[in-house]
This record gives sequence, C-alpha cells and structure tokens, in this order.
Amino acid sequence: MSRKRFRMPKLGYASAIAIAMVGLAFSPASAADPVKVGALYPLSGQVAKSGEDTLNGIRLAIDIVNNRHADLKMPFAAGEGLPGLGGAKIELIAADHQGSPEIGAAEAERLIVQRKVAALIGAFHSSVAATSSQVAERMGTPYISGESEASTLTERGYKWFFRTTPSSRTQARDFFTFLRDINKSQNAGVRTIAVVHENTLWGQEFQKSVEGYFKEFSEFQPAIMVGYQQGTADVTSEVQKLIAAKPDVVFHASYDAEAILFARTYKQFNFNPRAVLAIGAAFGSSAFRDALGPDANYFFVREHWSRDLASRNPLVGQVGKMYRDRYGKDMDGTPARAFTAMMVLADALNRAGSTEPEKIRAALAATKIAPSDMIMPWEGVEFDRTGQNTLTRGIFVQTLDGVPKMTWPADQAAAKLVFPRPAWR
Amino acid sequence: MSEQLIIQLIVSGLGMGFIFALIAIGLTLIYGVMNVVNFAHGEFLMLGMYASYLAYATWGADPLVTLPFVAAAMFLFGLMVYYLLIRKVLTGSMQSQIFATFGLMVFLQALAQFFMGADYFAVQNSYLSGVITLGGVVLPVPQVAALVGSSLATLVLYGLVFRTGVGRQLRAASQDAQAASTLGINASSMYALAWGIGSACVGVAASLLSNFYYVFPRVGAIFVLLAYVAVALGGFGSIHGALVAGLLIGLLQVASGFFISSELKFVPVYMLYLIVVLLRPRGLFGKM
Repeated sequence: MSRKRFRMPKLGYASAIAIAMVGLAFSPASAADPVKVGALYPLSGQVAKSGEDTLNGIRLAIDIVNNRHADLKMPFAAGEGLPGLGGAKIELIAADHQGSPEIGAAEAERLIVQRKVAALIGAFHSSVAATSSQVAERMGTPYISGESEASTLTERGYKWFFRTTPSSRTQARDFFTFLRDINKSQNAGVRTIAVVHENTLWGQEFQKSVEGYFKEFSEFQPAIMVGYQQGTADVTSEVQKLIAAKPDVVFHASYDAEAILFARTYKQFNFNPRAVLAIGAAFGSSAFRDALGPDANYFFVREHWSRDLASRNPLVGQVGKMYRDRYGKDMDGTPARAFTAMMVLADALNRAGSTEPEKIRAALAATKIAPSDMIMPWEGVEFDRTGQNTLTRGIFVQTLDGVPKMTWPADQAAAKLVFPRPAWR
Repeated sequence: MSEQLIIQLIVSGLGMGFIFALIAIGLTLIYGVMNVVNFAHGEFLMLGMYASYLAYATWGADPLVTLPFVAAAMFLFGLMVYYLLIRKVLTGSMQSQIFATFGLMVFLQALAQFFMGADYFAVQNSYLSGVITLGGVVLPVPQVAALVGSSLATLVLYGLVFRTGVGRQLRAASQDAQAASTLGINASSMYALAWGIGSACVGVAASLLSNFYYVFPRVGAIFVLLAYVAVALGGFGSIHGALVAGLLIGLLQVASGFFISSELKFVPVYMLYLIVVLLRPRGLFGKM
C-alpha cells in the first residue's frame, strides 16, 4: 500500500516533467527568450530628428522579423521570430546618446553590462560610433553600424565591429566619378571644386578623402575648403568665402540644420555654383524640402537608396510603403540603411543559433546576402577582414519639382538630371 | 577685399548682433531687477519661434504681422512664469532658484519635442525675403529687417526703462528692492514686469529670426549661449552693456569667420570675453 502510494506521486512528477519537456519542445515560437539588441542613436538634441527616423528603420526591420508578413518576399518575413533560435523574437532596447561621444560610450557600457544585450547597433554619428564601439570591442560584444561613415571606423583593426554602409572615403570617390561622367556626357567642363564640411569626424573625414582623390582625378582642382562648427547661428562669412573663391561645384558634408541654413544663405547672396553635391541625406531630406519649398530643388545627394529603386526591386516599394504607413513619412537613405543593418544582424543572429558573442561574431563575418534579399542598390553584403561591407554601390539623387529622383547612374535613372543649376528664383 | 564685401559682412554682423543683444537685454533685465538668471531664456525664444511658425502655417500670417502678437503673448507668458513659478521659489535658497529655471528649460524643450517632434520647421517666402541691392552690395532683407526691427525694439525698451515713471520704478527696484518698497513701489509687480518685458524682447527676436531661421526644440541653445556671454561681457544687469556686447559679438563672429577660419569663429568671441573678465571682472558696463 505504502509503496504504491509513494510510487504514484513519483510517476506523477515524472510524467509532469515529461509533459513539460514535450511542451517546451513543441511550444509556440514566442516562448523562446527574446534576443536583446541595443540601439544607440541621438534621440534628443540637435540631430534628434534623424535619430528618430533611423530608429524607425530598425523598428520596422524588427517588426518584419518578429511578426508574420506573408506577402513580403524577404528573409524572416514569412515566419515569426528567428527560426535558428527557436523562433526567438528580437527585443529592441534603444538608448539616447544625444550626439555625444562620451554619453555614447557610457550608454554602450550600460546596455552591455546592465541590459545584457547580445549585440549593439548604432550610432548615426561616426564620432559616437568610434567611442561606443571601443566599449563593445573591450567587452567582446558584436557591433554593427548601418550609417556611420567615417573611414577610420573600419581601419582600426577591430574584431567586433562590422559596417554595412560604405565608408566616407569610398563615397567621396563617387563624387569624382560622377563629375568625370558629367564632363564626358554633357561636356560640362567642371574644373574647380569647393568643399564645405561640418567639423566633427564625419565632415573632416569627407574633406580629407576628397583632397586625397585630386591626384587620381587630376582634371579637377580644389578651390577652397570651408569647415564650420555645428550649431552655428549664421553662415554669412562661410558663404562670402565661397563667393570669393568662385568654385564650379560645391561638395557638402552637412547635417539637416546647417543644410537648410546654407541653402537659404546661398540664395540670399545669389551664390549659384553649377552644382551642389552633398554627402549624407541632409540636402534631400524631408525636413530640408519642407523648410525650403521650391528652393530645395536641384541639389544632388549622393544617396544609398531611393524609392525609385522600386521599379527594379519590388521589395523597395513594399518596405517603403510599410515605413510610410507606420511613421507617416517617406523612407529615405538613412532609415533604409539602418533597416538593412538590422536585417543583416538578424540574419547573423539566426545563423549563429545562439546569443553567445563569439558565435554571433563568426556568423557576422560569414555574412553573404544576395541583392535580391534586400532593399539597397548594392551587389550584396559581405564583410572583409576589417568588417567593412565590400559590395556597396552609390547613386546620385536630385530633387526635381520637390521630389528626390534618382538621376545617376544614367542606366538606372528615373529622371534626367538637371545640370548646371538654374538661377535662383 | 572689396568695399561691398566689407559692408555685407558688417550688415550681417550687426543683424545677428542686434538679435543677440535683444535676447541678452531680456536676460539682463530680469537679472538686474531680481538677481535671477533665467536658464530657460533660450526656450522662451524657441516658444516664440514656434508661435510665429504656427501662426504662419495655420493662418498664413506673416511673422512681421504676428510680431506684436507674439511679443504680447510672450509678455503674458513671462508674467505667468513669474507668478506660477519664480515667485514661489524666490523665498527658497539660491540653488532652488537656479534649478527652477533650469528645470523649466528641460521641461519646455521636452514639451516642444513631444508636441512638434524633432523636425525643423521654417517659414517660406515671408514678406521679408529676398535681397536689396544697393550699389553692388547685396543685403538679405531678413537680416536688414532683423537689424532695423531689433534696433527699434531696443529703442522702445530704452524709452520705457529710462524715460517713463514705470521704468524709473523698475530701475529703483533693481537698485535697491528694500529701499524701493519703503518708498511705496510694489517690488513684486516690478519683478513681474521685468519677466514680462524680458520675455517680450525674446518674442520680438523670435519673430524676426523666424524670417530666416528654422525652429526646432533645441534652437534656443544656439542663440542663448552667446546672449549669456553678452550679458556677462556687458556687465550683469546693464542694458547698455548687453546692447554693446551683443553687437560686438555679432560683428566679431562674422569677421573672424571670414578672416580667420569659420571653424574657429567663436574663439575670438570667447577670448574677448575672457580678457574683459580678467581685466574688468564686472564686465564692460557692470556696477561694482
């Protein structure tokens, strides 16, 4: 009797455990622990707007991974969560670095130590990516950047840093290729180039990269280099210097606020070079177009992405529409790149099949993404030894009638480019 | 180096200088009357700019038309801040006064970002756009308007403070609040008036700025930092000082931006400030 009485409960425990185990094995995907990803972006301060847009790109990518989107022909869209991790969902933990390298480093440390994130994504500002990735390197946490462009970031020999976007050096070369092509196809006769740049790491790097290419592209000469400080109230002296130097073409490295200020001041003083070519999205951003109306036309932006790509790649249209529906504004190059970086990270997490840092790192290093699986005009994503994606390609977009249109290279163009700029109205 | 260029630089420098001066006068007036530094002053500017922009976006009203309304609204806002916040903390310690306006700054910035987002907004094609060309000198209208408007506002303010009975009471309260109140001057209403006028000054600056500058939640910081320098440079509490220092800063930053390097354009401004403070700690026009 007593034996039986004791055996029954034991059997009961055993079966309970067995049922629980079976239950675990067949439990719905959402039961797996979520993978925490820390995002470092400027969510307050001068660049908060771009920070919000960028983070929205990442949110959209995570939504596509976590939820079912049957009509989207993209990796992770059909199912819920990451199949390689038992259907684990990605949990985003966003931190605000306010554009400050010190805060960025402190926040990276907090995310790694306290929130125990599996990987970091960031950081918009190259200067912040530099310090925060230093922390990640020290702690052995994978770090992916989709939009911080300073060349030095991947030239430091870091083991844990990966970048999907082309460096500013690679991008600077596109400016010269573009002008050489325009000189040939339109007989434009462009010779002198001025560079206007903000003087944090990103702008300085761009200016240095441009200077470096004058040797290779010897038909062009530098006219003047104008550096300025972010958060300036007035750029009269900068523009007067440009007027005195009379360059054929101006290259610009500016964030949103100063892009608006420079464009307005150019108009005020009737400074009209034959073309203004900008790196970064500021001169074609929605804030820029809203603030300037028709004066926003004819600026060229060396872009990473354009809605016009949708004619060749249906994913671009679908993802662009999802972004617009969710956040009430059109996607542009920066959120598109952040989106792509997050998808690349999701792909690596999935292949790693684990949240162990070393495995995620190895999976990132082995990344091989086909052009048809993403929304960028690139030939894919593959990282070299420094962690730099080697398959990027650039395009030039020009705002025409208030709409940014892809105008270069000519074989992919959605509209014919306008060169030289017409006079200010 | 042509004459046109020099004239252009001077006009730009004075245009910005008057804006800095107007903001600085508001600050120094409040400080002079009640020894409270308004750390939220830049955010008052931001509110004024949003008011100008929203009036433009909603009713198509030009910033020039809404200028008196924005100034009046900011006057009332200044009174409100005084009665609801400042008057309460005046009885507290020095620290609580500092943190009250500092807290107000953070609160107003967050409020703006909550309601308007972090986007940049700008008035397009206001009455005061385009340029005037005078004998080869190209003068942007918004900057000329800033110059004219701010100097007029400064003139009105001078008249008010130095030529009227209320102004005399205001100055009396600022020189010795206790003595003034024994002579029957209501110190509290003088304090309120200082907050009102100080905020109205910023409202005028905000309207003139919105003709050519964009507004976003942190726009105040760009202007107010130099206004603080102008206040300290001119001497705390001195209206003449704030005016002269504001103009000096405006001219100096344009000149050094052009002749030295635009990356270093604020270095001479802060150097001048350091030199003045070292040689004359009370500032150019400050009282001992």
